[in-house]
Amino acid sequence: MALSRDLTGKIALAGVYEHPTRWAPDKTELQIMAECARGALDDCGLTLDDVDGLFSAGIAMGPMGVVSLAEYLDLKPNYIDGTNIGGSSFVAHVNHAAAAIHAGLCEVGLILYGSTAASNSLAIGTGMGGAARDAAGSFVSPYGMTTVGSYALVAQRHMHEYGTTPEQLAEIAVTMRKHASLNPDAKMRKLITIEDVLSSRVISEPLHLLDCCIISDGGGALVVTSAERARDLAKPPVLIQGCGEAVCHREIGSPDLLTIAARQSADNAFAMSGLGRDDVDLCTLYDSFTITALVTLENLGFCKPGEGGAFVEGGRIGLGGALPVNPDGGGLSSNHPGMRGIFLVIEAVRQLRGECEGRQVEAAEVACVHGTGGTLGVAHSGATLILSKA
Amino acid sequence: MAAEISYSKPVADWETRAFWEGCGRHELVLQRCRDCQTVQFRPRAICAKCLSSDIEHFVASGRGTVYTFTVTHQNHLPAFRDACPYVLAYVDLEEGPQLMTHVVGCDPQDVRIGMPVEVEFVDLERDPAKDASRGIAAGTAIPRFHPS
Ligand SMILES: [Zn+2]
Repeated sequence: MALSRDLTGKIALAGVYEHPTRWAPDKTELQIMAECARGALDDCGLTLDDVDGLFSAGIAMGPMGVVSLAEYLDLKPNYIDGTNIGGSSFVAHVNHAAAAIHAGLCEVGLILYGSTAASNSLAIGTGMGGAARDAAGSFVSPYGMTTVGSYALVAQRHMHEYGTTPEQLAEIAVTMRKHASLNPDAKMRKLITIEDVLSSRVISEPLHLLDCCIISDGGGALVVTSAERARDLAKPPVLIQGCGEAVCHREIGSPDLLTIAARQSADNAFAMSGLGRDDVDLCTLYDSFTITALVTLENLGFCKPGEGGAFVEGGRIGLGGALPVNPDGGGLSSNHPGMRGIFLVIEAVRQLRGECEGRQVEAAEVACVHGTGGTLGVAHSGATLILSKA
Repeated sequence: MAAEISYSKPVADWETRAFWEGCGRHELVLQRCRDCQTVQFRPRAICAKCLSSDIEHFVASGRGTVYTFTVTHQNHLPAFRDACPYVLAYVDLEEGPQLMTHVVGCDPQDVRIGMPVEVEFVDLERDPAKDASRGIAAGTAIPRFHPS
């Protein structure tokens, strides 16, 4: 079924805030979320009293975490969404908020994330899983699949099918670091070379340490409302032109690991927007690992399957390149507090507003945002947004 | 030299018990739908293609090829820490489905995509009281593969 185009251009991202912290042993996760709420509401000139929709997910939050969050903020929203589909959740929350606002179920949606993953010493990449806890997990857990490993399985297959090289993957990390060097809040700002990536220790072949995202603390917030209401707020609204979500999994045992959820969610989001890949001025995408960025670019349709390696070469995804990707430095260099989807939206909105100073994409009018959640080689989700200036 | 992996016991339920008990007999047991002939993995009580409940179990050949793999050099978990580097892989079975597994019996650097492999089983120690609570009354084993 083709998705309805009924909400295209009618819903806006009105306020955004990225917490500048990357290391917050002195803060709780709820506190970070509340500080972010304050930042995003201040950004657009609304107050907590205006919020009637609440959206959140987290690593430490249980299934009822959004209820605890509402209590912490003393909020009693009319619309509550605790959807957790991994790191992409917050991109999906924007889709859900847009639908709810368009349907008249709430007027102002607040999307929050906060985490102290780094100061809690969470070994996200190489310390999860292990003992079998349930019947479904028992087909994976005996084998010690790390998070890095699940992405490495995809990278190895990509190299086999298309001849993608470690140097091409490394160039993604180099580009992200270059972007981070222009972002005063980024955690890792010292420039690196392809050689630095290739000589960093191998975590799970073919991925090296510098092919992997960093772990930080942090948080962010988004305020979503109708385009009509957003017009009167403090900042120029950024409009939602298209959105989509998808999942990929092991099916009945015959998945193609190189076709990821982004294929389905982006095809729907672009169709809804009426815009083409050529209209996009910048892309913010989940770069949990270099391979994630590469296969995401292919599946978003910016290049053909197998062409991702060549696509990222020669600075083409850098500022000033054909398609700037993650001008903030992404998860590879700016921040990665466990889940990163919210920052993809924040950076895209700020770029479209033209407020990114040293890392501003010139004449940015359309952005493609794509979050990936879960483990790419086993089961994952994807959520896409096509955003534009009003 | 890497240490042997100490495999943890799987948890089974009504839908997956036949697979794990098959492993205990050193048989790789798959499912086929009697209505639409679909072979599926992981095991389910229902055919995911046609929702039929008429599912039969059969013993697979145990032969397959490596679909993809990664040599794991870092895992903080005690059961795997000293076993690094080990080869995590997906193997395409002759019968169609793909399994996550380990490839052993050769130098990790010699593993290749497309390499023919054959199943082997690592028996897990039985503990009748606890095993029943994990859904597997009979003995079980972990399937993994070596070059054929
Ligand atoms: Zn069937």
